[in-house]
Amino acid sequence: MKKRIATVSLAGCFGCHMSLLDIDERILDLLKLAEFGRSPLNDLKKFKKRCHIGLIEGGCCNEENVHTLQEFRKNCDVLVAIGQCAIMGGLPVMRNAIMHSDDPLRECLETAYLNSKRVYNATNDIPNDPALPLILDKVYACAEVVKIDYQIPGCPPSGDTFWQTLTALIKGTPADLPYGLIRYD
Amino acid sequence: MNQNAGSAVSKICKKFDHNGIRILDILREVQNRLGCINGETMELLADELSTHRIEIEGLVSFYSFFSEERKGKIIVRLCDDIIDRFAGVEEVARVFSEELGIGIGQTSSDGTFSLQYTPCIGMSDQAPAALINETVVTHLTAKSARTIARDLKKNMDLSKLVKKKGDGKNADRLVQAMVKNNIRKKGEVLLSDNITAEAGLKNALKKKPGEVIQEIRDSGLRGRGGAGFSTGLKWDLALQAESRERYVICNADEGEPGTFKDRVLLTERANLVFEGMTIAAYAIGSKKGILYLRVEYEYLLPYLESVLKRRRKAGLLGKNIVRKKGFEFDIRIQLGAGAYICGEESSLISSCEGIRGEPKTRPPFPVEKGFLGHPTIVNNVETFCCSARILDKGSRWFASIGTDESSGTKLMSVSGDCTRPGIYEVPFGIRVSEILNMAGADDPAIVQVGGASGDMIGRSAFDRKLCFEDLYTGGSFMTFNPGRNVLSIVDYFLEFFIHESCGYCTPCRVGNVFLRERIQKVMNGLAEEADLDYLKELSNTIIMTSRCGLGNTSPKSVLSSIEQFPIVYASLIRESRDGTQASFDIQKALEESRRIAKRQSMIYDPVYGGSSD
Amino acid sequence: MSKSIVFKIDGMTVKGKAGQTIMDAADEGGIYIPRLCDVEGLEPQGSCRVCTVKVNGRPAAACTQPAADGIEVENDTLEILNWRRDIIRMLFHEGNHLCPICEASGRCELQAMGYRLGILQPAKYPYLQPVRPIDASHPDIILDTNRCIRCGRCIRASKYIDGKNIFGYVGRGINKQVGVNGKNLADTNAHLDDKAIALETCPVGCIIRKGLGFFAPIGQRQFDKASIGSDIENSKSRQKKK
Repeated sequence: MKKRIATVSLAGCFGCHMSLLDIDERILDLLKLAEFGRSPLNDLKKFKKRCHIGLIEGGCCNEENVHTLQEFRKNCDVLVAIGQCAIMGGLPVMRNAIMHSDDPLRECLETAYLNSKRVYNATNDIPNDPALPLILDKVYACAEVVKIDYQIPGCPPSGDTFWQTLTALIKGTPADLPYGLIRYD
Repeated sequence: MNQNAGSAVSKICKKFDHNGIRILDILREVQNRLGCINGETMELLADELSTHRIEIEGLVSFYSFFSEERKGKIIVRLCDDIIDRFAGVEEVARVFSEELGIGIGQTSSDGTFSLQYTPCIGMSDQAPAALINETVVTHLTAKSARTIARDLKKNMDLSKLVKKKGDGKNADRLVQAMVKNNIRKKGEVLLSDNITAEAGLKNALKKKPGEVIQEIRDSGLRGRGGAGFSTGLKWDLALQAESRERYVICNADEGEPGTFKDRVLLTERANLVFEGMTIAAYAIGSKKGILYLRVEYEYLLPYLESVLKRRRKAGLLGKNIVRKKGFEFDIRIQLGAGAYICGEESSLISSCEGIRGEPKTRPPFPVEKGFLGHPTIVNNVETFCCSARILDKGSRWFASIGTDESSGTKLMSVSGDCTRPGIYEVPFGIRVSEILNMAGADDPAIVQVGGASGDMIGRSAFDRKLCFEDLYTGGSFMTFNPGRNVLSIVDYFLEFFIHESCGYCTPCRVGNVFLRERIQKVMNGLAEEADLDYLKELSNTIIMTSRCGLGNTSPKSVLSSIEQFPIVYASLIRESRDGTQASFDIQKALEESRRIAKRQSMIYDPVYGGSSD
Repeated sequence: MSKSIVFKIDGMTVKGKAGQTIMDAADEGGIYIPRLCDVEGLEPQGSCRVCTVKVNGRPAAACTQPAADGIEVENDTLEILNWRRDIIRMLFHEGNHLCPICEASGRCELQAMGYRLGILQPAKYPYLQPVRPIDASHPDIILDTNRCIRCGRCIRASKYIDGKNIFGYVGRGINKQVGVNGKNLADTNAHLDDKAIALETCPVGCIIRKGLGFFAPIGQRQFDKASIGSDIENSKSRQKKK
């Protein structure tokens, strides 16, 4: 039976997804052993069937990220955090260490949309459309929100790293990544 | 203001002959005179003492009693040890805060008062207690706190604080403290009323130094501080080390929470302490001794200095002691500056040398390379007292008391939920249950033997013996009734170690913070079975890789509470449901956003009919 | 005249000289004991505890523990590997280490240690995310203290090699950090040519040169080419006897 893989980018730049595609023609071999469920790659937006493997790119910056991540935890047997954003917050998490005033989130939003030197904001408003998910008080790594089973570090992890890890996961064997494939950048 | 600081610094440095080794004393006087040691003052000090600003900053930022920020003329330091917490110090704090108009950790804008918490000050038997500048106030209540605060606001006069003096030397003209000795049981070694002054010293001087050491070895005396190293062996190693100078240091830092027995020995047996130090000096060939006195016991300083003065006059210190030609020895008292780690012998030496009180790399050990690189013995107050008694009544007498591997008596400082907290001098080998009976613990459920770095035991272990072979303590013995929360105690001990860790090595500096985070997760009912494994694994890493005794023992309360009170943990552990992390609180994470955006969450607020679908 | 001593590391015979530390003897013998706060040219400090080994069954820091005749040292065991992993994780979680944007990535010893020890598991520890200052006051040098691991190599280099005392430890416990001898770095006489500022002194990306960001392409950075410690393991004087 083919393993079903779901993928998502939460607060990520999609670089990890792009790097996943760096497995190039090996994707044909992959598709002999696996199929994709909910994923930006095939534009499936909902979980129709339970998935064996869930690949999570990006951490949680807003409530929609959290909701999506919880969905993934519910519908996937194994969750893998891919890339530094999912593992420790990546670039977005930098705002955690900076915001320590009395009203940190307000300061963060005002700096981004109003006060910064290079901002041009005609309405002088912080975007607040009801369709925008509410932003969280800080950026959370995936493992802080749900149980994560494995992580593939990198920014992004290389195509070779993806290939080694995915094939191991599909076969259910431990992924012994050789020295060159473990990267935190 | 500039001129003020400059001339004050100049004067104080001159008083100590610009001797960098005395920097702790210099900084203490500067702190008291100027109210703080800020960047500008640091530069003045660096100039005067031919050192660097960064070195001064390193010292000021290390010791709790020095401050870069301005402190009030009157500093109220409330002891927030677990014993004091259980005795109601939080209520006392609230009253002080209200009356003085400042929060904890703050200083009043007119510079009159500072209010802060401080770890165990050696008054667990009369908690809640506090230090108001150097004055100790005990048995605080909301009522007495209000009276004290109002009186101080009116007259800023600390001399009126002690309304009733304590017993024994606490009432001495030079002490005048409200501290009580609470001596509940006198044994035959240290608290006996039949001790002949200087008998040990006189006997010792009739022997050769090597024979004195042999007597100590034969007695089986082991260190009374916390480590229990053979005293005779320690003295012997110092004697064997090649050197022209050797030092005798008495560890009176007594920082282990719940320990206050040295306080009583220094109050009532000061001469015996100094006699023991003098015997040691004779044995190892030392001319100079230091008594390292924790700054929280500064109220005893004038009295102790007077004892030293009298001893010098009586020919018991100085040149040709007891008319023994060529034998000279004198003692200086070095005040600490608020750091539990300085109770560790090599940190204590660092502190005496005028540097950050961090443990030294061992080997070499202090007996080989100690104070300023010379062979040094560091022994506990009680150890020196025992030494004097051994040289008086003989090693066989001492060895006949106690057990096979633990000779003599031990002073226990008992506190907590009991009717008779205080000092008990008991033979080694006594059972925990016997102490509990003597102390009037009517329903003991949790006993902490050995302070924060000791063992937590439950009822099943109350028949264990107090000795080196079984359950050892430097003196601290805390008992708690069933109403007390085991995890609150563990959480406090971890908070204590985080505050007191010197930070030199990674596992202790960082690991203890992680331990506390997880214990709090357990306390909040958010932990799972896997978190217990995490606690055990992390505890093990910290214990095995830490550089000194603090890290080697800080996780012990975690491990012993898991072992002795598994039901407490089991009742708080939950099964993990649906793979989410219990410690993640989406509602809390959205609070700020809701407020700023002025709208509810479409996903997580019930108003919109949405919970995760 | 230094007496020669013989002892064992993981069962392999190592020759050393009296007065050497276990690490020094191991280095000469081509056996790599991981370390961070110790570096060639400076007195060992024994603070990071990465070099923890077992000597006759008891833990000790190899960088400060004297080698002695007949001791049995354990270095490459699963138990010790796990201790070291925990310590490296603690260092990563204590500060703010963002490898993707760090100038030292690829030549960073902390990162290289993570790679060598194979640290992959999901975030075991909480992230402390402390607020740490960046001192860019000096015209040539930046101190990005988010990355400081408190190894003190800059302190020792400045004190004992440069004779300048630019850096020093301040604070206690989890608040212990490396401070500068003045209001900020510009207030000191720090200079690019100082040994304390040299690339090989700071093991991570805390001491950074202005205008010199990423000077080596990915694939050609120090630890892209070979694992940390491989220089010791491949040294000519390697003697391996079982």
